[in-house]
Amino acid sequence: MRLWLPPVLLAVLLYGLSAGMPALEPLFHWVQPDKQQVIYERESFLFLLQNHLLLVLISAAVGTLVAVAGGIFATRPSGRDFLPLVSQVASIGQTFPPVAVLALAVPVLGFGEAPILVALMLYGLLPILRNTLAGLEGISPAVKEAARGMGMSPLQVLVRAELPLAGRVILAGIRTSVTINIATAAIGSTIGARTLGDPVIAGLVNGNTAYVLQGAILIGLLALTTDSLFEALERTWDRRFSPQVAV
Amino acid sequence: MIELRHVTRRFGPTVAVDNINLTIETGEVCVLVGSSGCGKSTTLRMINRLLPHSEGEILVDGEDITTMNPEQLRLNMGYVIQGTGLFPHWTVARNIAMVPQLLKWPRDRIDARVHELMTLLDLDPATHANKYPQQLSGGQAQRVGVARALAADPNILLMDEPFGALDAITRESLQLEMLRIQKQVRKTTVFVTHDIDEALKLATRIAVMDQGRIIQHDTPENILRRPASEFVENLVGKQDRGLKLMSLRPVRQLMQAHPAPKRPEPGAEGLKEEDNLRLALSVMLWQGAEQVPVFNARGEETGVITRERLIQEGA
Ligand SMILES: Nc1ncnc2c1ncn2[C@@H]1O[C@H](COP(=O)(O)OP(=O)(O)OP(=O)(O)O)[C@@H](O)[C@H]1O
Ligand SMILES: [Mg+2]
Repeated sequence: MRLWLPPVLLAVLLYGLSAGMPALEPLFHWVQPDKQQVIYERESFLFLLQNHLLLVLISAAVGTLVAVAGGIFATRPSGRDFLPLVSQVASIGQTFPPVAVLALAVPVLGFGEAPILVALMLYGLLPILRNTLAGLEGISPAVKEAARGMGMSPLQVLVRAELPLAGRVILAGIRTSVTINIATAAIGSTIGARTLGDPVIAGLVNGNTAYVLQGAILIGLLALTTDSLFEALERTWDRRFSPQVAV
Repeated sequence: MIELRHVTRRFGPTVAVDNINLTIETGEVCVLVGSSGCGKSTTLRMINRLLPHSEGEILVDGEDITTMNPEQLRLNMGYVIQGTGLFPHWTVARNIAMVPQLLKWPRDRIDARVHELMTLLDLDPATHANKYPQQLSGGQAQRVGVARALAADPNILLMDEPFGALDAITRESLQLEMLRIQKQVRKTTVFVTHDIDEALKLATRIAVMDQGRIIQHDTPENILRRPASEFVENLVGKQDRGLKLMSLRPVRQLMQAHPAPKRPEPGAEGLKEEDNLRLALSVMLWQGAEQVPVFNARGEETGVITRERLIQEGA
């Protein structure tokens, strides 16, 4: 499968760099000749990567579940009354910059992994919610009427028509959410979460460009990997559910 | 049999359907005709409970539909929706198979049925079965919509402008197909259109609607001969009635039959027994002929139709 090659290659590169960063010591010495120590060693990169990923994954999983469930609820006959409220929350929430979200999270939730996780979940939920609503509302009324008129139960309409048709848009929402959260999680280092943002912060504080570079490269690579993974997922989805788009 | 008794449907203050009574006998094709917004679709949607009615009662085979499970009710009513509503993420074959699948038919029975229906509706299964709705022309999509409604062999067919937005030629051929199918499988059909000619052609009885009311419910011939009001008169086209009446009757009824079918002269042009009188007149005018031979389905000459008879008794 040619489709999955880029994400796999990027993932291998990401893992290789995280595990083998010390091997690049000469290179970083050249970047930062005036420092004794040029490889960030307070935590292993692999540990930071793992922690970073875990934060993003958990927040994405919870965010997706809650947002999709909420989006489905708000578009059912019983939940329609909430639709304007929910969609306003979703779009207003997104105008908040991620840094502001963290700044607000600290006084409420304190320092450490837990507050950043909650912040990521809440913030990451919004793009998914917005796209779920857009996807479900965007389905042609004729298709929904036909589905019901043919004798499908509401659950069958949801599972066989609405979700497959809205899925592509929802998936795009998850992609946005995860991409934002990879960056936001890095900023989380400033409030005590241990992520790939750590070396960047340490480097900035100590004036060690090598640290900054190491953190930045890994964060960038992680974002790239994730993005190409979603690219492949979306293509696969197109082949499965909307083949008219594929050539 | 479908019975609507004093059925009313309101949307807020607007009365979309106003106290209508309508009985559609088993095997009958009832065509609802009227201008845009007069409540045709609303009436249809109430019959399969996509819309609840505000007042009155609707019975299907004597049973009040509000006491039935809505999904069960709909599974036994083919529904062709205004604007097809095919599933864009499903192939043509899967779209047609929708209701049999819901009814959990075995795989091979579904496949056979899909094949049968596509053939019936003049869609080549080899080229079209695996296409997606977006890859079809408007006419093909409407055929698929009709096939989907027929799939599980429902007793009742509800068709909401199934041939709307089509060019005249495709429309005509689909109407002929519909008549042919109706001859093979007699379904109790409620057919919505705003085209009076389509109504006259397909209906056993026509219900003319205006502003949510049924103005007249009668056979095509009676609608033409005895319109109940000026509205109906204008709808059918006052001055056009003669020709419209002629188009209701087949040549067979007015021809002078030969004692026995004759072998036609080579190259002879003529009419078929089931062609209508209006066509016969047109052929005569064009050929300048006093009489035209009539052929049966096997191509034998079974009689002639004369201009004199046509003018005297045609309408
Ligand atoms: N869901 C709805 N909410 C509010 N009003 C509606 C709704 N559906 C229909 N109506 C109104 O009810 C009336 C009848 O509508 P209906 O769709 O039955 O018309 P129609 O005869 O099918 O017209 P057309 O030929 O244009 O399809 C119209 O005035 C329409 O505005
Ligand atoms: Mg309508």
